[in-house]
Amino acid sequence: MSSTASPGSVTAGSITALRGDPHHLGHSRDGHGESRATGRGIGGPAPKRIVVAYGFWIFILSDIVMFASFFAAYAVLQGGIADGPTGPEIFDLTNTALETGLLLLSSFACGMASLALGARRMLYFQVAMAVTFLLGAGFVALEVMEFADLVGRGLIPSRSAFLSSFFTLVGCHGLHVTIGLLWLLTMMAQVLTKGFRADIVRRTLCFALFWHALDIVWVGVFSIVYLMGSIT
Amino acid sequence: MSHADHAGPDALDRHQTDLAPGEEYGEEDIGKGVRGYLIGLALAVLLTLCSFAIVHTKVVWAPAVPVAILVFAVAQMGVHLVFFLHITTGPDNTNNVMALAFGVLFVVLVVGGSVWIMANMNANMMPGMPHSAMPNSATPHQPMTQPMHH
Repeated sequence: MSSTASPGSVTAGSITALRGDPHHLGHSRDGHGESRATGRGIGGPAPKRIVVAYGFWIFILSDIVMFASFFAAYAVLQGGIADGPTGPEIFDLTNTALETGLLLLSSFACGMASLALGARRMLYFQVAMAVTFLLGAGFVALEVMEFADLVGRGLIPSRSAFLSSFFTLVGCHGLHVTIGLLWLLTMMAQVLTKGFRADIVRRTLCFALFWHALDIVWVGVFSIVYLMGSIT
Repeated sequence: MSHADHAGPDALDRHQTDLAPGEEYGEEDIGKGVRGYLIGLALAVLLTLCSFAIVHTKVVWAPAVPVAILVFAVAQMGVHLVFFLHITTGPDNTNNVMALAFGVLFVVLVVGGSVWIMANMNANMMPGMPHSAMPNSATPHQPMTQPMHH
């Protein structure tokens, strides 16, 4: 035991053999030779940038699964109005169109911030993030006004099954956007004070994923809740 | 391609390595990146306008309107995935696409299954029983008091 444990007995070649590719999963693209790419073959583990973003991608997909169950609940309970108002009676499509435009432009501005982040341009990054924040905050403000108007008319979630599922689905999306706004401010501050450090850049890219994913969920919300709910 | 210029003999082909979700190949070219986001924005605006325009139009056969809205929504989600989240069919994106495919499968099962089952249940309700999920139900306040003995 002690005779084989000397450090000199482990050569670089045996390490390569140990970390090799016994099942030949990591062929390079042309089919011969082992891939030196990371995350497969003999290239070693994937870089942290990919591991972190992939893990966050899994979280986003699980979040979308949660939204799917709220969508399912809304689709099923939509008709349960309990003699209360129906969708076409309470939806204001002008407001919905404004919200959609604000969130879409916010997603675009977030993309510009990602590009500025990749190019390590501080001023462009901060301006693009500030624009993203203002557009997102405008979206939240419009939604809060819409909800306040409904509640002021006595149309609270407990009024009917339709309103319960409506407030749950749309409110949950609005809550996500609100939390995203707080995260956005955090990333602006962290990039400003700590610079384009690798861990800060990873967090900011995760935020960009989150923000774009929320816009995808909103496409489902305005299409299924507001537009399909307004067909008379 | 710009990446071929600075790829030394030891540099890995970028297509061999994986891309993180949201990461775009060739992101170092800012002009190309902005152009991609602009194309995505234009397509998304176009699809959104189509969705909003079709709601109150008389041009389209009425039963086709919800289907059209769904098609526009799915198309716009695709546009967002490709141009904003940079999910592509490339080999460096396989892991991201497989995770997304599982998510889509789950969403389709949950939403489609719920709607199917509840529509079937409502359709098979006996007359006089409360149609809990039917619009403009005639008997919304009548609770289901009769237990299902025998």
